Amino acid sequence: MSTNLANLLYLIPISAFILALHFLSDPARARRGNQIGAFGMLVAIVVTWVKVGATSWWAIVIGMVIGGGFGAVAARRVKMTAMPQMVALFNGVGGGAAALIALAELHRILPEPGRPKIDIALAIALSGLIGAISFSGSMVAFAKLQELIRGRPITYPGQKLVNLGLLAVCIALSVVLVSGVQDEWLLWVVIGGGAFFGVLFVLPIGGADMPVVISLLNAFTGLAVAVSGFELENNVMIVAGMLVGASGTLLTLLMGRAMNRSIANVLFGAFGQVSAGAAAAAESDGGTVRAASAEDVAVMLAYAHKVVFVPGYGLAVAQAQHDVRQLADLLEAKGVDVTYAIHPVAGRMPGHMNVLLAEANVPYPQLKEMEDANSEFTRTDVALVVGANDVVNPDARNNEGSPIYGMPILNVDQAQTVVVLKRSMNPGFAGIENPLFYNPKTVMLFGDAKESIDRLIEDVKGL
Amino acid sequence: MSHNTLLVFELTILVLAIFLGFEVISKVPTLLHTPLMSGTNAIHGIVLVGAMIVLGAPNKDVFDWVVGFLAVVLGSANVVGGFVVTDRMLEMFKKREPAKAPDARDGGGPPGE
Repeated sequence: MSTNLANLLYLIPISAFILALHFLSDPARARRGNQIGAFGMLVAIVVTWVKVGATSWWAIVIGMVIGGGFGAVAARRVKMTAMPQMVALFNGVGGGAAALIALAELHRILPEPGRPKIDIALAIALSGLIGAISFSGSMVAFAKLQELIRGRPITYPGQKLVNLGLLAVCIALSVVLVSGVQDEWLLWVVIGGGAFFGVLFVLPIGGADMPVVISLLNAFTGLAVAVSGFELENNVMIVAGMLVGASGTLLTLLMGRAMNRSIANVLFGAFGQVSAGAAAAAESDGGTVRAASAEDVAVMLAYAHKVVFVPGYGLAVAQAQHDVRQLADLLEAKGVDVTYAIHPVAGRMPGHMNVLLAEANVPYPQLKEMEDANSEFTRTDVALVVGANDVVNPDARNNEGSPIYGMPILNVDQAQTVVVLKRSMNPGFAGIENPLFYNPKTVMLFGDAKESIDRLIEDVKGL
Repeated sequence: MSHNTLLVFELTILVLAIFLGFEVISKVPTLLHTPLMSGTNAIHGIVLVGAMIVLGAPNKDVFDWVVGFLAVVLGSANVVGGFVVTDRMLEMFKKREPAKAPDARDGGGPPGE
């Protein structure tokens, strides 16, 4: 197939990807959008196959079966709660592939007569560096979310300086590489340095901020792929990669806005570092925690007029969404008005709670977004917090020393009574103390969220 | 086409893609942030095309073989995993439609005594 014909046919995947992104921003058409994207990808692969596949076709097939098989099994097997780390993993391997292509291209063009073109050398250095950062950064994000390493921020003095210095060295070496010293070992050093920077860059970021970081690394990979497209003179890689680079950057900003944090604050704030002082202050307030029995809570719920469920990551971990739905049905049968208050960043990813509750067939109109929910808490008898912590922490409103100060929260403390379902008094994923638990209006029901809800169901039935 | 003409053309479509990328998702509801991220993640799996070009090139030495093969494996994992994970996330949204109709908006005020 000629290059012109291939480029003409590549217009199909390019159009498909643009439509896919457009549809993915609309709840009613999002799934269709993803399917259109997959179709475009299939066309791109077939066109490329016909163009180059004659050589080493069996190696390409074996590689695709191994990689695709791993991707399919991993993506099918994973639980809904573990989706975020899967996105990180698949993003990382894409970045790794871009870095490998840079290595292969430099290896291919070096023996050719004459100096490599400067733009090609620049593209090789850039895609190698960015791809490596994206690869290792995503792997650290994966490890943090999978709890292979500590989710809390890992910090040490002079960290930002060290990171900045390392990045500067990588960029300087890239410049040397582009400006004439075209040696393969230099590219290896750039890629190794980039990979090391990726690790150092993500380590100090707390687990609760991981979605924003993954989104940023996703944009990085897109950029690396677009730059790879320059090396290979491939239009579809340039367009698709840059579409992801641009939309991923915008999405990162939108996610930051949903948490009322600037991206700079997420990346360099070392979330949780200042919390030691704030936590000590909260504890010294001398509040006591009231634990309640399931029977007490069941009575409160059954005789309330209005109950608001506030789901959080604990609900996802315990897979308690079906039980919550069942409890809500029982209460509704007793004439209680039940709604769910959904914080935009409850769980580990924006939209996480909507996905889980939809799985349990919770009627859509019962899900209230933050503003609507907050206007109802003053009229609420019982706010039942199921495994949420930071998104209901009043310190975000009141305590300027708190690292989450300024984040919009669900004002559950305005309800008559707050019931918190929690495994223990451990602070949440972000490692911040929560004064809500010491509030005199609050009672705690300790235990696994699913078991607690099941006990509540039994007790409500028995009333 | 000379190398420079091609380069200028490629830069042109790069810049257009930047603006398009910003425009096409400008209004996305919070609940779609995660699926959209996952969907864009699948789309940069287009890196697989580059990996195929590398592994499909003639006259490869051992280094090209190893690197190209690894790139195809990683790229395929990105494509397949990315689209499947996104589809699983979006699968959850389809069930909502029938529930919308019967429920009155906001329950029509607090229940009476």
